[in-house]
Amino acid sequence: MQPTQDVLIPDVIQQIPLTYYLILSTALFVIGIIGVLTRRNAIIIFMSIELMLNAVNLLLIAFSSYRSDSAGQVFVFFIMAVAAAEVSVGLAIIVMIYRNTRSIDVGLLNKLKW
Amino acid sequence: MLPIVLLSVSGIGLLFLGFQKSRTLLLPAALLFLLVALAANFYDWNKTYLYFNDMLRTDNLSMVFTAIVLGSAFLVIALSTRFIEDEEAQPAEYYGIIMFSLVGAIMMISFENLIMLFVGVETLSIAMYILTGSDKRNLRSNEAALKYFLMGAFTTGIMLFGMALLYGSTGSFTLEGIAASTVNPQQGLSLLLYVGLLMLLIGLLFKVSAAPFHFWTPDVYDGAPTIFTAFMSTVVKTAGFAALFKLLSISFGGVYTFWWTILAIITAITLVVGNVTAVYQNSFKRMMSYSSISHAGYLLIGLAALGAQTKQAIVFYSLAYSVATISAFGVLLLVAQQRSTQTLSSTGLANEGFDDFNGLARQNPLLGFAMAVSMLSLAGIPLTAGFWGKFYIFSTAVERGQIWLLVVAVLMSAVGIYYYFRVIIAMYFRDGATEPIRVSPVYRYILLAATILTLVLGIAPGLLQGLF
Repeated sequence: MQPTQDVLIPDVIQQIPLTYYLILSTALFVIGIIGVLTRRNAIIIFMSIELMLNAVNLLLIAFSSYRSDSAGQVFVFFIMAVAAAEVSVGLAIIVMIYRNTRSIDVGLLNKLKW
Repeated sequence: MLPIVLLSVSGIGLLFLGFQKSRTLLLPAALLFLLVALAANFYDWNKTYLYFNDMLRTDNLSMVFTAIVLGSAFLVIALSTRFIEDEEAQPAEYYGIIMFSLVGAIMMISFENLIMLFVGVETLSIAMYILTGSDKRNLRSNEAALKYFLMGAFTTGIMLFGMALLYGSTGSFTLEGIAASTVNPQQGLSLLLYVGLLMLLIGLLFKVSAAPFHFWTPDVYDGAPTIFTAFMSTVVKTAGFAALFKLLSISFGGVYTFWWTILAIITAITLVVGNVTAVYQNSFKRMMSYSSISHAGYLLIGLAALGAQTKQAIVFYSLAYSVATISAFGVLLLVAQQRSTQTLSSTGLANEGFDDFNGLARQNPLLGFAMAVSMLSLAGIPLTAGFWGKFYIFSTAVERGQIWLLVVAVLMSAVGIYYYFRVIIAMYFRDGATEPIRVSPVYRYILLAATILTLVLGIAPGLLQGLF
């Protein structure tokens, strides 16, 4: 994919093709997905989700600077702010579970079935 | 735009009201704020405006959806009288969070930019995570909150990746900008765009609990406090479908041929999974959560057969569904509190089975009637609003010639009649506890209003036509 306006993009970024960014962030994203699906500790699942979100941030920044369009970077700020809100609620829920069960293993949560 | 500002301010105001020792003011204040927001919603009627740097658009359709959402919230909050007496409950926080979640719902309804869609979805979801876990000492509520949170955050990641890919291939986050680069269906969609659309759809379909992304729904609806289950199954679903409709009709209407097959298959799976699994449930609350999955399926028919009729069909169906669901959960709240065939065990298992409804209609004719009407409406029996909802939805499928989807839907609504009638049979033909349930005046008025609305819309469905 060719950059749209050569002037505004620093040379360093141009030396790396956009596809590489796409592959890197897809790889990070997939690592995050695997983490969510295989780990049983709620905190580690949570960290994997953050990894997924940051892969998205990287991808948005790469697209944004190659297109010389600021909208992508603005979106990244929104994602970071919302992720912070999500972290606070998520940790509160995990603490609440820990207080009641003395564990944060998601495998132990089986009260609700069929 | 006015309701967003009003609800944000009144949410903070309600939090401050929580400082007072007496809780009597909270419920009327929350209801009053909602009524004001509902009235302010219609201020821009018949006009189209763009707000916040062209990120929000208010038109008649978005105002009608907003009115449905605010109306459902009004009914749900009016039914929440128990919080005022319960020492453990924190009504000021609950009402505040509900107000904030409504702001998110309105953003989802009237977004014009994917940034706004994301912020709206998250505002609504994060508020729902908190409300799901609000029964702090109940393990079922804890588990539901954690499951909802982890799965919700996971699909948010997928949805965001989809948005990033869409941005990469179209260079824009606005609905028109995306639509401009998909106008040429002959040359096909680029891979980035196609994958991006699918991932974005997965994120939104998760929120409206369409199969195969429905696994959280039964657990979360079952574990959450009943009053918030009623809120979730109406407000979140209506807002989610408004967002899906807007996205698909404005941005991707031109490339309908590329996505309708996938959406139609998801629709068929949702209908079958929701209806068939609901048959095997013994808990009424869990049956209602599977029933909500199946209703997501019916609403999806309208999207898979996107056409001129879809708008009206979705609006009518979500109104009919919301009213009937709230009335059913209202009766369940009373029954679960006051009937005790099984005592509240340490696992927090509540009295929400079908057996708890035995003989209800004999002792409490009003409760029985309200429940029967809402069940008939959900099952789609004529003379109720649900019948016309299904009628409009099915006619969109006929218009597109998707007969196989229609056959699946009709068969599945026949299955639906079985489990909805189980409740009616339990109420009218079984013998149960002899003690009548005390119904407070507020409950009586709300249930009566919901029942009358269902019947009026069922007899005169034209009332809503021509509104937008």
